[in-house]
Amino acid sequence: MSGRVWKRKDLLGLKDLEPEEIELILDTAESFQEIGNRPIKKVPTLQGRTLVNLFFEPSTRTRISFELAEKRLSADTVNFSADISSTIKGETVKDTAKNLEALQVSLVIMRHPSSGAPHRLARYLKCGVINAGDGINEHPTQALLDMFTVRQKKGKLKGVKVSFIGDILHSRVARSNLWGLTKMGAEVTLCGPRTLLPRDVEKLGVRVTTSLEEAVESADVINLLRIQLERQKDSFFPSIREYANTYQINKDVLKKAKPDVVIMHPGPVNRGVELSSDVVDGPYSIILDQVTNGLAVRMAVLYLLSGVKP
Amino acid sequence: MSDKLIFDEESLSRTLKRLAHEIIERNAKLEEIVLLGIRTGGVYLASRLQKLILEISGLTLPIGILDITLYRDDLGAGTNQPEVRGTEIDFDINNKIVVLVDDVLFTGRSIRSAIDQVIDFGRPKSIQLAVLVDRGHRELPFRPDFVGKNVPTSREEQVEVELSENGKKDKVIVRPKVDHER
Amino acid sequence: MKPLHTILIKGAHIVDPASGRDGIFDIHIEKGNIKKIASTIEPQNGIEVLDAKKLHIFPGFIDVHVHFREPGFEQKETILTGCQAALYGGFVACVTMPNTQPPCDNQSVVEHILAKAKEVPFRLFPAGTLTRGREGKELSEMADLKRAGAIAVTDDGNWVSDSLLMRRCMEYASMNNLVVITHAEDHRLSGDGVMNEGVFSTSYGLIGVPAESEIIAVARDIELARLTKADLHIAHVSAAGAVDLIRRAQKEGLSVTAEAAPHHFSFTDELLGTYNTNLKMNPPLRSARDVAAIKEGLRDGTIGMIATDHAPHTEEDKMAEFNYAPVGTIGLETAVGVTLTELYHKKVLTLGQVVEKLSVNPAKRFGMKGYGSIREGALANLTLVDIEEKWNVTKEGLVSKSKNSCFLGQDLKGRVKATFCLGRFWSHA
Repeated sequence: MSGRVWKRKDLLGLKDLEPEEIELILDTAESFQEIGNRPIKKVPTLQGRTLVNLFFEPSTRTRISFELAEKRLSADTVNFSADISSTIKGETVKDTAKNLEALQVSLVIMRHPSSGAPHRLARYLKCGVINAGDGINEHPTQALLDMFTVRQKKGKLKGVKVSFIGDILHSRVARSNLWGLTKMGAEVTLCGPRTLLPRDVEKLGVRVTTSLEEAVESADVINLLRIQLERQKDSFFPSIREYANTYQINKDVLKKAKPDVVIMHPGPVNRGVELSSDVVDGPYSIILDQVTNGLAVRMAVLYLLSGVKP
Repeated sequence: MSDKLIFDEESLSRTLKRLAHEIIERNAKLEEIVLLGIRTGGVYLASRLQKLILEISGLTLPIGILDITLYRDDLGAGTNQPEVRGTEIDFDINNKIVVLVDDVLFTGRSIRSAIDQVIDFGRPKSIQLAVLVDRGHRELPFRPDFVGKNVPTSREEQVEVELSENGKKDKVIVRPKVDHER
Repeated sequence: MKPLHTILIKGAHIVDPASGRDGIFDIHIEKGNIKKIASTIEPQNGIEVLDAKKLHIFPGFIDVHVHFREPGFEQKETILTGCQAALYGGFVACVTMPNTQPPCDNQSVVEHILAKAKEVPFRLFPAGTLTRGREGKELSEMADLKRAGAIAVTDDGNWVSDSLLMRRCMEYASMNNLVVITHAEDHRLSGDGVMNEGVFSTSYGLIGVPAESEIIAVARDIELARLTKADLHIAHVSAAGAVDLIRRAQKEGLSVTAEAAPHHFSFTDELLGTYNTNLKMNPPLRSARDVAAIKEGLRDGTIGMIATDHAPHTEEDKMAEFNYAPVGTIGLETAVGVTLTELYHKKVLTLGQVVEKLSVNPAKRFGMKGYGSIREGALANLTLVDIEEKWNVTKEGLVSKSKNSCFLGQDLKGRVKATFCLGRFWSHA
């Protein structure tokens, strides 16, 4: 018995976590996997606790994943999908926090378009806050499920070569993965057009390239990031056509990859842009494993954070 | 207060043999029995019982592991949250006789958690309980079907079980509780 | 209204570069006028005596960049509360920025500001807009503004990106003897940035503003100053590259001056990791290298003035999430403390240089007659400071209507104890 205990009130990002904490989450998630295979896919662990999903940004998959994780732990869930305009209308972070405490909420799962929003809410709340995505800053549970999936397929994280391809600049998934993977000893490569690579990111211990070939040829894992089609308007790339011609992962590109490479994507996939359809549905893709694992990882996170005395 | 020896290697072996015989004796249809060891103390004991029952009857009973961490009633109570290791039940328990195996029976709360979890897996024909040591102080109305030894203890004492599977010599003792373990 | 004050100040350390005075003196102020300065003056006629053993006296400080929000945004600050904050901070005069509602692009607003200030009484020197309505499309009526009492023109908050229009503005302002204050920022290059672009904006997941958006604008404005021979003053310099350009322009003899705000020589972008909106400003807090360049620019005189860019915002406004919070920090009440702590006590500037940055140079550049020096016979405009006193910045200690200070919680060494403004005495206990 190693005596590992989760001590933080909140999970706001992976940037400040210790490797041991990440490992605890991943190991705990393993135990939650089999619940999905039971006839009754429920455990009573969070019975009687109220969990609030505070989503200020539209999201289908992450919210459903969290909701399912919460329900499988027998918690009561409340969904609060606010239009961001209500914040502009004047309800401040402080007021939101006070309202939540009046409802005696046990945990808040928050997604917000402004980086740092969950961090500020967490300062006003006695209960814990889980960041489900803040602006372009972090999306810790996505990175955790990504790492869980890599560990599952490759048996380890240390020394595994993971390449991220796409809009790194605006990607909280890339950032959280960057923090988590480098802490666990994986080798990270970031790849995309120069216009979509963040300033000075090579100072954070990762390899940076604009060459798809370089990113693909030595990779054990290729993780595709979504390209927002609106970015074309802001002159980040001339056209979707050119982007796809330069950075799309398809059968031809994969000829240069390792034979046991795996393809990941946080979803939703722009078929024909980041990935060709046949690769999405092909044997290298472990995208659906990510979804399944997402449930176990989120259950583990909810479980661990619920154990912290307020 | 010094340590009190309850079982040594030899007496433990004899007792487990007796328990194996009692389980066989009590249950007419041996093939309906499945063994579930409660983590962590009951896991190796269940395994030993499975082997002993095989030696006696020639039948290999299905065996699984029950992790009751997610069914506890004291989440976030300030005590150190134990790590979740996972439940492993690879067979159907409907209409089976589930024999729960644990090392020490104390307040009975672990048994309550274990039973709740077993019921989530299906509808057994019956649930029986086999424990190595019953130390008293029940807080819930459970009684074991098969007991290795009844050992009256005080709340200031704790029962320590060491098994050869863990690299130690088989030994069960009662000793005073050390402060940090409260 | 406060009466003109009569008092004998004994044993103060006067630092007045204009007269060369740097030593212990007594000052006799009679009905608001500085009657006599001498090494010893005997008290007579039961005059009130102030023992100034621990005090330094400087020519009244002037902040050439403040936002007093009136008319239009009185919930953040009014002219009255702004002047009070200035007095508390040791300032005797301020240049107000014209981004009010309505903007200060006409005589009425200028007159309103001057009148309100007179009620305190305090001396405000309003800046008018460069372009009509601050819209960056047409010239504002600068002659009218000058006549009403404006001392400079600026579109502060906005940069006139149309170079042809900026040329015309500078020629027209120059003709009217108005200094052109420029808020140098290429808005397109800044984009949606909310902090300095660099490794920290990447780490914190915030869109960054590259320093080049300031440097490019400064370069353009300097070239136009060369072309038009206008008097150009660069507001809130924050980037190392901008300091270099200004230094070179000054070497060439162009009429280019610059100011830096206390937060730009105190804090770096690394601090944004807490997403504290009081640290969100424009221009943003920059890298350690930029901060060092600002300090060097102050030291070698390239940056001739320290100005706070005092920007009040209500608590509700600043409580918004980082991306949506308005930019700016108040600064009047902490300017002296921060300047002494970061520049004087850390031996970047001498006291004489501090006085140049906060009084002499502002008065000279903007033609403020009677300011920037301590002279017998003049109306008393003096700043009295205990340069050793340690204090901590708290919300409760601020008199400004808004409390959005980036220096909250900081320990400072050097505190304004009293201010003489227009012959009246304001003691801050």
